[in-house]
Amino acid sequence: MRLINRRPSRPVAVLLAALPFVLIVIAYMIGSDLRLAANPQDKLLPAPSTIWDTAVRLFTEPDKRSGRILLWADTGASLRRLALGVGIAAAISLSLGVLIGLLPYARRLLSGFVAVISMVPPLALLPILFIVFGLGEVSKVVLIVIGITPFLTRDLSQRVLDIPHEEIVKAQTLGASTLVIALRVVLPQILPRLISAIRLALGSAWLFLIAAEAVAADVGLGYRIFLVRRYLAMDVILTYVLWITFLAFVIDWALKRLSGKAFPWMGAGL
Amino acid sequence: MSFVTVRDVWKSYDGRPILERVNVDVEEGEFISIVGASGCGKSTFLRLLLADELPSRGAIRIEQGHRAMEPNQERGVVFQRYSVFPHMTVRDNIVAAESFGTRSGWFFGKRLRGARERADETLARIGLSHVADNYPATLSGGMQQRLAIGQALTAQPRILLLDEPFGALDPGTRLAMHDFLTELRARTKMTVFMVTHDLTEGFKLGDRVLVFDKPRWDPHDPGAYGATITYDFDARDEGIPFQTIKEKTHVPVSA
Repeated sequence: MRLINRRPSRPVAVLLAALPFVLIVIAYMIGSDLRLAANPQDKLLPAPSTIWDTAVRLFTEPDKRSGRILLWADTGASLRRLALGVGIAAAISLSLGVLIGLLPYARRLLSGFVAVISMVPPLALLPILFIVFGLGEVSKVVLIVIGITPFLTRDLSQRVLDIPHEEIVKAQTLGASTLVIALRVVLPQILPRLISAIRLALGSAWLFLIAAEAVAADVGLGYRIFLVRRYLAMDVILTYVLWITFLAFVIDWALKRLSGKAFPWMGAGL
Repeated sequence: MSFVTVRDVWKSYDGRPILERVNVDVEEGEFISIVGASGCGKSTFLRLLLADELPSRGAIRIEQGHRAMEPNQERGVVFQRYSVFPHMTVRDNIVAAESFGTRSGWFFGKRLRGARERADETLARIGLSHVADNYPATLSGGMQQRLAIGQALTAQPRILLLDEPFGALDPGTRLAMHDFLTELRARTKMTVFMVTHDLTEGFKLGDRVLVFDKPRWDPHDPGAYGATITYDFDARDEGIPFQTIKEKTHVPVSA
């Protein structure tokens, strides 16, 4: 039987899916054991038990000076920036995408511009953003917006263009104006595409968020990681990295669920 | 005067003629089948009737009206695919045929209820009541096309344009759709243009069959000349036009 036609049974499939995770944990444990055996004071690869203790402390114990649990404060601040940035980017790209996809005049005016703007490396603009918007919340949100809006806009305008011409003609023969076509034919069909585009862009959004927080912030997940880096506190860094990964995974899963629930007509198209 | 007049219509893309010298008059209530080989311009002709594209020369008028510059409510259309809105339920697709003409595209309150009731009557007529709340993707090809025809007729167009409407259906469903369309036409007396590549279908449904072909052909430059209407068959009486001839033939001139 050809390899391409062999399929794992259910238990084997679960085992295979778990295998890379198990391997990486085992590799880490071996490495950590070796280093700690040589030097019990080693900070580079803390034992899993140390990481667990640190995680419990980070999630439950308030900071002695401020009385807040720092991890939750960081999470709240970061998620707020992320939500604002992604939300604003989604609103801008949705309007631009529909305009570019639907109106030949807007397409001529904007599509070349967006294509060029999307080539600007957003992180190179970060100093400018700090100078213009200061070191507060605005510059971090703006970095996320600048970072993902061009990608979202290009993706959405292409999705609008992908709507079969037949549907647009049909709407016209039913007497629909441009506005009605935009609101009742194009927009509802674009929303699920927006969600899948956001799922793709979330990785970049996190990147820009952590980068902005690393450079200048006083609270936030990225800020904390880069702060404790000075003390080589690998247990804290690893806890934060795992936590960020978990958050990103949950957001992605939630968006996928939302898309399935909100757009039942998509069927298996997601 | 005839209902639809097509006068000396030419259509070319990048200087290449696709259609040339197309002239035809159609009476109100006629069913026109349009047949021809692939790439002979029959779909282009339908898009010109639809005003989705404009003729390079000549004019198409309905009841001596203005030349249409874009698709409008005078023209209803059903394509081979993508003729209904996938994000609306079957009922909402019919309601949309009424509400899209308004400023906002939405009906509210009393108007919405009225439109829904009329939509349910339409669905009962086209046999789709049992799937009123389903999305089109869950319907079979034949049901989707029935919905598309129902939707197009709800907007009350002057002419109905069908672009290979049954081309993607299996033979059994196609026959059922023929009966459906014949029945619908007997009731509405709609003027219909149907592009098909199935000759039998064209003669079965049509009152007239227009054949598109290239009358001039340059073997060294096949794209040099466009297609036009080369035959205009009377397809009533199952395509046997002389069946109803009343006067006696072969009668000696002076008996």
